[in-house]
Amino acid sequence: MPMTSEALAPPARPVARATLAEGNALPIATVVLTIVIVWYLSALLANWTGTFDALARAGNPTDLQAVATATMQQERPVVPAPHQVAAELWKGVFGFAPSSKRSLLFHGWVTLSATLLGFAIGAALGIALAIAIVHLRSVEASIMPWIVASQTVPILAVAPIVIVALGAVGIDGLMPKALIAAYLCFFPVTVGMVKGLNAPDRMLRDLMRTYSASQTGILLRLRLPSALPYLFASLKIALAASLVGTIVAELPTGAQAGLGARLLAGSYYGQTVQIWAALIGAALLAALLVQAVALAEAATYRAMGVRSR
Amino acid sequence: MPRASAAALRTVPPTDADATEDRAPEPARAVVSVSDLSLTYETADGPVYALSGVDLAIAAGEFVSFIGPSGCGKTTLLRCVADLEQPTGGELWVNGVSAEAARLRRDYGFVFQAPALYPWRTIERNVALPLEIFGVPKAERRERVRRYLDLVHLGGFAKKFPWQLSGGMQSRASIARALCFDPQLLLMDEPFGALDEIVRDHLNEQLLSLWRETGKTVLFVTHSIPEAVYLSSRVVVMSPRPGRIIDVVDCSRLGRQRPLEIRESPEFLAIAHRVREGLRAGHAYDE
Repeated sequence: MPMTSEALAPPARPVARATLAEGNALPIATVVLTIVIVWYLSALLANWTGTFDALARAGNPTDLQAVATATMQQERPVVPAPHQVAAELWKGVFGFAPSSKRSLLFHGWVTLSATLLGFAIGAALGIALAIAIVHLRSVEASIMPWIVASQTVPILAVAPIVIVALGAVGIDGLMPKALIAAYLCFFPVTVGMVKGLNAPDRMLRDLMRTYSASQTGILLRLRLPSALPYLFASLKIALAASLVGTIVAELPTGAQAGLGARLLAGSYYGQTVQIWAALIGAALLAALLVQAVALAEAATYRAMGVRSR
Repeated sequence: MPRASAAALRTVPPTDADATEDRAPEPARAVVSVSDLSLTYETADGPVYALSGVDLAIAAGEFVSFIGPSGCGKTTLLRCVADLEQPTGGELWVNGVSAEAARLRRDYGFVFQAPALYPWRTIERNVALPLEIFGVPKAERRERVRRYLDLVHLGGFAKKFPWQLSGGMQSRASIARALCFDPQLLLMDEPFGALDEIVRDHLNEQLLSLWRETGKTVLFVTHSIPEAVYLSSRVVVMSPRPGRIIDVVDCSRLGRQRPLEIRESPEFLAIAHRVREGLRAGHAYDE
């Protein structure tokens, strides 16, 4: 079988007799439990001195148990305990109307809309660049160094410049954030797609040559279908990068809304629990988005009839 | 002379190939005509002579096998005919025009060493691929695909994906794909090399009867002596470094009707012996 079919069709794993030990449940539970335990221990250690001092100042008992309990309930802890963050998340998501400025859903949507727009722009740009690079050697030679250079510029330094410059010409709101997100996320798509478009092996390309197929025909019938596994892998990276780009773009500008603004406001007022809740919220959002890409990937392969995992 | 293969598909556009200055000289109007052909690769370790001084003329309706050890240039020669490689010297005419012109007007069907089916296309859509590219209308496409799948006995597998078929069935599908636009010239590069003996025998029989029925010209690369002798009207024996022809063995006295048992007949064994002698003579043992 040609290589491309192997890339598309890894051998199916037998899952019929999956028990707790063989399946995924046990490893997943172990990792989550470990993270929670480490988190609680970190909260305990990080908050210890401050809590101890505060209790002592107030004349309260400072025995081991009292301090340990109190480290988990600080209003402005150095490291909040998991249950505090969970409660803050719950309150942020379900405690307010989604249109309220205190709702995490509101801020999440502001960030999500810019993330998705930036992702769409970045992915389209990335694919277009890859197609150009694969077909024209001169494009690779002339553009690729700039693409690589663009990714070495720290986004934290560029973001305020872009936002301010675009604001000066009257573009604000969604678009500047989306552009920064696109700036971060086109690169993995370009790299992945160049690799993917060149993936079909020699024989399949020779076959198209014996048919005197046009470049467009080869692109549509051979290169693009072969590139799909690479495309979906790079889209997952791009989506995460797009979210990071959006959040970074929301940080430096005194933005009124978005998860980034929420992070910034939290740090102004020392609201560590709010910061952590926004962080975890962003992480959950990224996980959901990547999962959505994975579902789209599976659906695409199913529609193409390719044997999938 | 340029035959009706291009006309068989009305939709193939006329190309510059038909320009007169591109025509072969009159004596060279065989289906494939090769004179003093050479191909040299320049490598860091010096030149590699893949082909050297190859002369050959193949008439319409012949079944010609190319046999030789690996590295003897048999595949390279076939790829030159298909315009997948460019010779560095000599002349090569396909249907009276240059190899490139013949490729551009889709004069030949090529069958590769592996089935080279697209994993995301069903068998019928794999076979339809060249027809799609040539812009054949959908109704005719469907009719041709059905006809050629039946011809290779895959009628019941049209909707299957390649991974659902055995290796032999995949090979047959790739042959149907090469035949479906009705090229008069068929180029086959060790198409059955990866198959087991029984399946291979079966496919050889089918290929032979297909050749008898359609009268196509076939160029067939193999490294199996029995396969070459069984299938061919002529066997071209080649030797490596530099790749050249050392013997051309006529097999036409075996007739056109060849049951598999013919391989045990004295005539068959005599021809096979001569091919083997040729291979031995051309083989360098000092490596």
